[in-house]
Amino acid sequence: MLTIDGLATAYGKIEALKSVSLQVGANQVTCLLGPNGAGKSTLMLTIAGILKPKAGSIRFEGEELVGKSSAEIVARGLALVPENRLVFPTLTVRENLMAGAFQRRDRVAIRDDIDKMFVRFPRLKERADQFAGTLSGGEQQMLAVARALMSRPRLLLMDEPSVGLAPLVVAEIFKIIRQLNSEGVTIFLVEQNAHMALKIAHHFFLMEQGRVTFSGNPGEMSGDDVIQRAYLGQRRAA
Amino acid sequence: MDIFQRTLDGWLDGSAYALVGIGLALTFGTLRRLNLAYGAGAMLAAYSGSWLFTRYAASAWLIAPVVVGLAGAVGLYVERLCFTGGRDNLQDGATRGAAPGLGFDAREVVALASSFAIWMQLEQLAVNLLPRHLNIFPSLAVAAEWSFGGLLVRADRLLLAALAVALALGLAHWLATSRIGLAWRAAATQRTAAHLVGIPVVRQQALAFAVACAFSGAAAFAVLTIEGQVTPMFGMWVLMKGLVAAMLGGLGSIRGVLIGGWLLGIVEAHAQALFGASGREFATYALLFAVLAVVQPRRRFGLVASGAHDAR
Repeated sequence: MLTIDGLATAYGKIEALKSVSLQVGANQVTCLLGPNGAGKSTLMLTIAGILKPKAGSIRFEGEELVGKSSAEIVARGLALVPENRLVFPTLTVRENLMAGAFQRRDRVAIRDDIDKMFVRFPRLKERADQFAGTLSGGEQQMLAVARALMSRPRLLLMDEPSVGLAPLVVAEIFKIIRQLNSEGVTIFLVEQNAHMALKIAHHFFLMEQGRVTFSGNPGEMSGDDVIQRAYLGQRRAA
Repeated sequence: MDIFQRTLDGWLDGSAYALVGIGLALTFGTLRRLNLAYGAGAMLAAYSGSWLFTRYAASAWLIAPVVVGLAGAVGLYVERLCFTGGRDNLQDGATRGAAPGLGFDAREVVALASSFAIWMQLEQLAVNLLPRHLNIFPSLAVAAEWSFGGLLVRADRLLLAALAVALALGLAHWLATSRIGLAWRAAATQRTAAHLVGIPVVRQQALAFAVACAFSGAAAFAVLTIEGQVTPMFGMWVLMKGLVAAMLGGLGSIRGVLIGGWLLGIVEAHAQALFGASGREFATYALLFAVLAVVQPRRRFGLVASGAHDAR
């Protein structure tokens, strides 16, 4: 569904992505693991069109995304739930959801979708007319996911949705990811919580220092081995 | 009775200040920017209106849309040259967007300084177009005076006050309820996320800038059509009165600019009566200082830093 080839992105002279190639299969949960500073968030922002790559290609359902604006990318059915959630703090919860549907013009269906989000995330309904900045971290994460879903994405990118949240909330987030996936949304997930991520992932990639260094299926090796590779700097497998 | 009449006159003057301040409040509320060329753009548009009137004897109703449209077009020009210029520099600070606030970075200082240069450029352009000091503007003034229990009000000035209220409340309502208004508020408060939800941020902000400048054209037309003339001081007047009104109203609040303009007008009127012309100027700046520095500065800056809340 998503094929990335030789992608390189730099902040000024600092090369955050050196040459990244990976694939995300349709209807799967694909997980990207790696230590801090590996370039995971940079990759996400580059796919979403926020950062411009220096080289390489990003193909989504066969169409090249490099060179397209973030608005055009959202319109094609790809949405990112960013690191740190980035809700609109001075807009209400409902307005945040409406902003998520900016690329859509079907007003009636947008209203229906907001109601559906309130069914999926009952806490958001309670806080519908509250400023998003007043929500707890977990509620803001729910809102960020709901806002991204308002564009009706076929591929949902999620950048560390569990970071800084209480274990119960993390479990809820993962439940929602699994649920979305079973409804046909393809998920590409960056996660620090490797144990949780590997439980729901069909496939994973490991990133270190701006490159993909390993990939596999969670069933093939134990979670501990993956974590060892990802965070404790074991020597690279071929 | 005198004091009531003065208050009423001050309120009417203040409505004009509010009217010219609306666009500045919009630029600050949705873009966090201060456009120093704001008054000069209004002046250039007004001069073009005066030129059309003296040269072709165009009717006021033709000149009104020309002045509004030209002020908006000048806005696009200023935006292009001084502000984003059609670019968005996210690569330098993709994640810094998480904390919008009062922090000025180098680009914003350059934008501010270059808008000052454009101010000079536009003003010179206007003066070259019509070199005389006094230029005739099509007049819609109605000298009729209405009396309310001994207080006298000129009909046209009352109409101007009504226009200020209608434009400010209309714009605030539109910002709060429309799809584009939501996009502007979203981009003001969390720029990166606005990109992520598919708002064409750069284009929308250029549009917001142009609309704000078009408001200055509408204000200029309404004020000048009562005055019946325009002078080279007009640009400076628009910027200063509009800026003080917008600052008193909380810089960025569209409804606040009404309150700010009225407050300024009323204080000026009384200061003029009590201390004369120099007292009037002194009162303006004393008031500005008092509000900015003494009255809850932290709360005010809090308002400035939050986006949507005060753009309503």
